[in-house]
Amino acid sequence: MADSSSELTRLTITAAREGLAQGHFTATELTEAYLAAIEPAGDLNAYVLATPEKALAMAKASDDRIAKGEAGPLEGIPLGIKDNYAVDGVRTTAGSNILKNFVPAYESTVTSQLWRDGAVFLGKLNQDEFAMGSSTESSAFGPTVNPWRRKGSEQKLVPGGSSGGSAAAVAAHIAAGAAGTDTGGSIRQPAAFTGTVGIKPTYGRCSRWGIIAYASSLDQAGPIARSVNDAALLLRSMAGHDPKDSTSADLAVPDYEVHCGASVKGKRIGIPREYRVDGMSPEIAALWDKGADMLRDAGAEVVEISLPHTKYALPAYYIVALAEASSNLARYDGVRYGERVPGRDIVEMYEKTRAAGFGDEVRRRIMIGTYVLSAGYYDAYYLKAQKVRTLIKRDFENAFADGIDAVLAPATPSPAFGIGEKSGADPVEMYLQDVFTVTLNMAGLPGISVPAGLSSDGLPLGLQLIGRPFGEEGLFSLAKVIEEAAGRLIVTDRWWE
Amino acid sequence: MSVDQATVRRVAHLSRIAVTEDEVAHLQGELNAILAFVDELAEVDTAGVEPMTSVIPMKLPLRADVVNDGGDAARVLANAPLSEDGFFAVPKVVE
Repeated sequence: MADSSSELTRLTITAAREGLAQGHFTATELTEAYLAAIEPAGDLNAYVLATPEKALAMAKASDDRIAKGEAGPLEGIPLGIKDNYAVDGVRTTAGSNILKNFVPAYESTVTSQLWRDGAVFLGKLNQDEFAMGSSTESSAFGPTVNPWRRKGSEQKLVPGGSSGGSAAAVAAHIAAGAAGTDTGGSIRQPAAFTGTVGIKPTYGRCSRWGIIAYASSLDQAGPIARSVNDAALLLRSMAGHDPKDSTSADLAVPDYEVHCGASVKGKRIGIPREYRVDGMSPEIAALWDKGADMLRDAGAEVVEISLPHTKYALPAYYIVALAEASSNLARYDGVRYGERVPGRDIVEMYEKTRAAGFGDEVRRRIMIGTYVLSAGYYDAYYLKAQKVRTLIKRDFENAFADGIDAVLAPATPSPAFGIGEKSGADPVEMYLQDVFTVTLNMAGLPGISVPAGLSSDGLPLGLQLIGRPFGEEGLFSLAKVIEEAAGRLIVTDRWWE
Repeated sequence: MSVDQATVRRVAHLSRIAVTEDEVAHLQGELNAILAFVDELAEVDTAGVEPMTSVIPMKLPLRADVVNDGGDAARVLANAPLSEDGFFAVPKVVE
């Protein structure tokens, strides 16, 4: 049984869908195989809550629909969901102690669309607390461990973050695919660290309704998957207009899968010279060149471009995101939900509740956000950052106006690092992880991270493609070229079992 | 710009987060590291640049001003640490 079940969990979503349609196995068998793989994977700490009974009930319903010829596009596909998506009746914490007993009585729009299309819910996946982090170490449930290890080493590495549980689960084959969220790189950086594909769609492409907010003008939902085709399938179900999110775009959702494998001949790909940052590892620089060659070989034209305000994206992000976070997280006051710590009066109750419920990084971010919005500092920080944001977006608009179809850049400045390596006294060291990803969130643009090779010590490295607003189709075509040239990356040493 | 310890205490209070005396010095160092990092923005010329208000241009949708949800106090209160008679309960606010 172990052998045949690991064969089932090895399948991509595309292959599993085919096997289900052909009757080679049932949705129940597929779900059982994943539940059997989750069981011994406790050392990865990817799931914060597995829901096997719910999974089996949903799989059974999928089998019934398949038998009746009513299968949806994701019928019977077992997925993990990041813990910041509200799932009706299932504990949802966003990795925070302040929500440790929160059970929503509603379903996020994105997950409701996944279930509408037949997907099976396996459980909730670990994340940095309130999605604030790049390593999943700030979770109240402790860090998630990357299924990948350096050649010849047993050191535990981070899976990236904040969607680190999602990325680790997909890479370790304990979920067929996963939903993540990306505010500054939280889908793309963990995808790069785990050899998976992750896409942050255009702001407005997916509804944010029912997703626990971090920074509302930057947050977007998106999938993490094992192949470009799988990511395309998942995004099609996740995307779409929702009247409950006033920033959700009222646009039809294309069939992204048909664009995987479409020709990229004649596409103009920009290589932004400002992304060649000081101290970039030679390995990342070489990977970037290799990616440009892959696209060139497929008939694309690669040209150098300039995005002059790139270096200001990260500092501007840390003002805008933290200001919004301080406002969004004001709701955790021990009144409507969460753990309450009593005080002499209501203010002391708020202060004690929040001190006990929030972790160090969340507390720092709320305080910085409060400071930059406080009287006398608003113009110097917040207004200034929003002006810089206009300039960052203009850089991309100018490049697109010059005929650039997409931008190619590294996804991360380095491969996965060790647990505890970057959690020292200076929080800024961790923030630099987002240097290549955060510009897109600031400009609202879509970006996909796709595995492009291994580092010298055997760790996955990813490249990122950045597209025009609502140009996800083009990104899938380009990412598919890189996937076919570089090959998919699969963890062979299942050391945690 | 950098913050002194009095400012750290003030911001903690504005944030409604209790901090101990031991934590103040520690937080001061961390907040100043972050503020030094974002101070880089001061060198950008933003004269005549409009601050961003919406990253993707779109018209804010309107809906009819009618009640379309509600009347479900039990579900709303289900996660409250303390509730009474269909209300959230908090310590006395007005004497």
